[in-house]
Amino acid sequence: MSDQVQKILEIADDELILGWRNSEWTGIAPLLEEDVAFSSIAQNEIGHARAWYELAARELGTTADELALDRRPDEYRCSRLVELRLVPDWAATIARHHLYETADKTRIAALKRSDDPEIAGLAAKIDREEAYHRMHAQMWFERLQDEPRFKTALDELRPLLDVRDEHSPGLAELWEEMTMVRRSVAGAVW
Amino acid sequence: MGGDDDGAPVGRGGSVVTAEQVWDALAEIPDPEIPVISLVDLGVIRSVDVSREQVRVEFTPTFLGCPALEVMRDAMAARISALGADPQIDVISDDSWSTDRITPEGREKLRASGFAPPLPRCAWERFSGRPDEPRALLGGGASAASAPREVGGPTLVQLQSNAFRCPYCGSQDTTLENIFGPTPCRSVRYCRNCRQPFEQFKTI
Repeated sequence: MSDQVQKILEIADDELILGWRNSEWTGIAPLLEEDVAFSSIAQNEIGHARAWYELAARELGTTADELALDRRPDEYRCSRLVELRLVPDWAATIARHHLYETADKTRIAALKRSDDPEIAGLAAKIDREEAYHRMHAQMWFERLQDEPRFKTALDELRPLLDVRDEHSPGLAELWEEMTMVRRSVAGAVW
Repeated sequence: MGGDDDGAPVGRGGSVVTAEQVWDALAEIPDPEIPVISLVDLGVIRSVDVSREQVRVEFTPTFLGCPALEVMRDAMAARISALGADPQIDVISDDSWSTDRITPEGREKLRASGFAPPLPRCAWERFSGRPDEPRALLGGGASAASAPREVGGPTLVQLQSNAFRCPYCGSQDTTLENIFGPTPCRSVRYCRNCRQPFEQFKTI
């Protein structure tokens, strides 16, 4: 696997897993507006994951669904930050949202300058959508930045951003949920 | 209309249909989530290429997570098949779609049905971020030529500004209720003048 495909899988896995984690707020967020916001952000992230998986799948001779759902939990390349189940901790959820969107901005900016026109084009398209995620994260950062619980969560979560080789038990549990339907019907084509 | 009928239209190079006929047919397909506008109004069709019995359409999606994309693609294929041609719909996931591709007719149809159309990207790209500026900028005022900012759509300060017009009464006395809305492409705003919440198409 080339470095480039490896990098694309990292992003795709981050977006897929974070999309699932964000969707856990659907129906139970502290405000109705945030129910809508986190559901919408989750939907966007999973759409981005699919687009990146499709690019990687062409290089690897497989399909987006197989990459997203047929690998074992220890084969995922996502950051440990996105794996954690943070419901019902809103302060930690916003801390992760802020840390992730800040790091993702840098990564997307670099991909927009890629020599590969497909990667650069997709990154630019995704960046248009991510601009709204960043605004949402910024709005909550400004509101919570002086709260002790929020500051503690930032300090605890920040070191997890670059951990990709070691997964938490939370990822295996999420993987069970995420792939349950697919695994239950042998040979089904979705 | 069968492609091999004597009466079937024959385009240049012996094609069963012309590109104009394909564009007309695609202009009749409503957006699955906002049916007041068509796929042509929405600007998601980048090109139509007709060669003999095959019609190739380049389809540039709106939001990548939008569940309407498959519905749009299948509806286009069905319309082209009904014209007697063989459809090939290529999904182009590059940066070619932006809300600036929505046609003037599409924007007016959106506004008339209560969706505030997206502000043009150029409005934001010339805007330095002072909350009082968009009114002047969009109204053709004097303070528009400020320092250029990074190209990339609006910022939070701008979303919280008074650049957005209520689609019902036209007032600019509107506030941001939620950056996100019922679908990825929309925000929710509230008009303080006519006391009506409304959906604002995001600029992307």
